[in-house]
Amino acid sequence: MIYPALYYRVAGRASTSFLTWPDSAAILSAATTVLLQRKDAMSNRTGEFTRGIFRENPIFVLMLGLCPTLATTTEVKNALAMGAAVIAVLTCSNVIVSLVRRVIPGEIRIPCYIVIIASFVTITELLMKAYMPAEINRSLGIFIPLIVVNCIILGRAEAYASKNPVLNAALDGLGNGVGFTLAVALVATVREVLGSGTWFGIKLAANLTPVAVMIQAPGAFLTLGLLMGFFIWLRQWRAARA
Amino acid sequence: MEDLQRLLAIAVGIALINNLVLARFLGLCPFVGVSKKIPSAIGMGLAVIFVMSMTSVVTWLLYVYFLMPGDRNILGHYSSYVAEHGLVDVLRTTSYILVIAVMVQFVEMVMRKHAPALYRSLGIYLPLITTNCCVLGAALLNTTDATTPLTLLQATVQGFFGGVGFLLALLLMAGVREQLETVDVPKPLQGMPIAFICTSLMALAFMGFSGMAG
Repeated sequence: MIYPALYYRVAGRASTSFLTWPDSAAILSAATTVLLQRKDAMSNRTGEFTRGIFRENPIFVLMLGLCPTLATTTEVKNALAMGAAVIAVLTCSNVIVSLVRRVIPGEIRIPCYIVIIASFVTITELLMKAYMPAEINRSLGIFIPLIVVNCIILGRAEAYASKNPVLNAALDGLGNGVGFTLAVALVATVREVLGSGTWFGIKLAANLTPVAVMIQAPGAFLTLGLLMGFFIWLRQWRAARA
Repeated sequence: MEDLQRLLAIAVGIALINNLVLARFLGLCPFVGVSKKIPSAIGMGLAVIFVMSMTSVVTWLLYVYFLMPGDRNILGHYSSYVAEHGLVDVLRTTSYILVIAVMVQFVEMVMRKHAPALYRSLGIYLPLITTNCCVLGAALLNTTDATTPLTLLQATVQGFFGGVGFLLALLLMAGVREQLETVDVPKPLQGMPIAFICTSLMALAFMGFSGMAG
């Protein structure tokens, strides 16, 4: 199987030309270096959990997993359902990847991770079909199976779970999942309040005319672009002050 | 004649009205990552068209002959459970992603052997397509998101024109971003944020196509 080796050769070569693309391999190697440097922090388990929520938030800092961030944020309710699915898949796949990390040969690890992730996605999909309201399942649609190709999940498996003990990997998955959920909930809040004049289905003001375009595609891109800009501004402002 | 009309409707629908990137939010990572220069945008777009057409054919065959319940299921002859329930609930996601990974690898090997020039120009982009969600997304749309099931030809056309729509969006974006290089963008908005704001305006323009469905 030459696929992973090729992937890395290619991605390594390509990473200079796609600087902004969160090409998983480039991000992974960067994240790995950071993690190795911070070996002392490994003992600090709360750090494993909170890192994914704020300092390395997958969406606003690492800019991974953007497709579901846009597609499932028309309503806060949908965003939270998506977040729950991602938390479940990310935590479980991190645990299993961490358990089998010494068994899987390096050359075929990526296909193995994909199969592990796909299995948990299928389980989650079946559970959601059984227990979630039909309207939520309808609006999430193909984005539940598409969690398989979400860069956050493969990214955490490769950068963290494949190198760390089970409990740390579980906390890391949980933290990143919560970080993802908070980020999508924020995007969904902006879009739902402006686009339908409601929040979590509750009408906010009687005489508010909603801007319908915010719950359509252009509103999604605009909200994400501006929020990303806001978080970058916040980071630059804090760095300048420190 | 009616068939041809349906094919045309599918092609226009997936390339313009429900553009994979701008209306369905698929494949955003390569969209914002590879749209900095026009030549690389063309390379990525062509590679996606190629892989997406191929995977549309293979996943459609897999869906109809191995996953769906019913008489056409080949495994159904050996197991009454499969004939009755199909495997679509439990194996769809896993089998599709494996098919895509294998197809990408296969296409790459064939291309390197028989079309070295094409391989050199597309080679970099091919492995990255495995984790491109528009390929898996198109396969899922081909086999689920339709009121009447698509035929093999219709699924292939949908896959091909989905790729064409991706190429179109990528090219337009590359054109915009080459111009953006000379513009004084506020510092926090440089890079990804301004790319998304431009995409938002482009999506607004593409919403105009929705009248064509009429």
